[in-house]
Amino acid sequence: MLLAHQLAVESDLITADMVEVIEFPHLATKYEVMGVPRTVINETIHIEGAVPEQMLMKEFARLLK
Amino acid sequence: MALLNEKIRKEISSVLADVTNPVTLKVFTQPFECQYCKETRELAEEVAALSDKLSFEAYDFVEDKAVADSLGIDKIPAIAIVGAKDYGIRLYGIPSGYEFGSFIEDIKLVATGDSGLAPATRQAVAKLKDPVHIQVFVTPT
Repeated sequence: MLLAHQLAVESDLITADMVEVIEFPHLATKYEVMGVPRTVINETIHIEGAVPEQMLMKEFARLLK
Repeated sequence: MALLNEKIRKEISSVLADVTNPVTLKVFTQPFECQYCKETRELAEEVAALSDKLSFEAYDFVEDKAVADSLGIDKIPAIAIVGAKDYGIRLYGIPSGYEFGSFIEDIKLVATGDSGLAPATRQAVAKLKDPVHIQVFVTPT
């Protein structure tokens, strides 16, 4: 989660939310959260588990195309 | 009754001792039908009290809808961690267990305003042209 928030600090275009799924079960259902952490970027990119910076940037590259 | 005991308060105070810039915790709750609203508000208020650089603001999600909308808050309990500017950092739900540590780290991060990311990451992020919304789903542990 810290990485997502670091990205938000780095760019004015990035917003980053922590969402506690027990309190928002409808979102857990909507985003098919089976395990945590689960990262969802722009509703389209889904990443399971804690992701290192380099790996997240590979996913990010898809947004830059 | 306080949510944080004396030992934890001391630990957090020392962690927050190197925070030198103002950070505001803007908390959005409502009195009813919100499982952890009360606890989230109390937790943020107790943490804010541990550093003179931290301030705490409580908003009612319904009565202060204009403020909530201006920050893009769409559910509660919510904490917006705002520093020299609003970086877009939001916590939805109570930051407890492991996420409590992340909450404290977020405060330090916002205070510095420096992402601390690797140069390659900064370069990649600088190429963004459209808004990016990241949601990290967690559970209390």
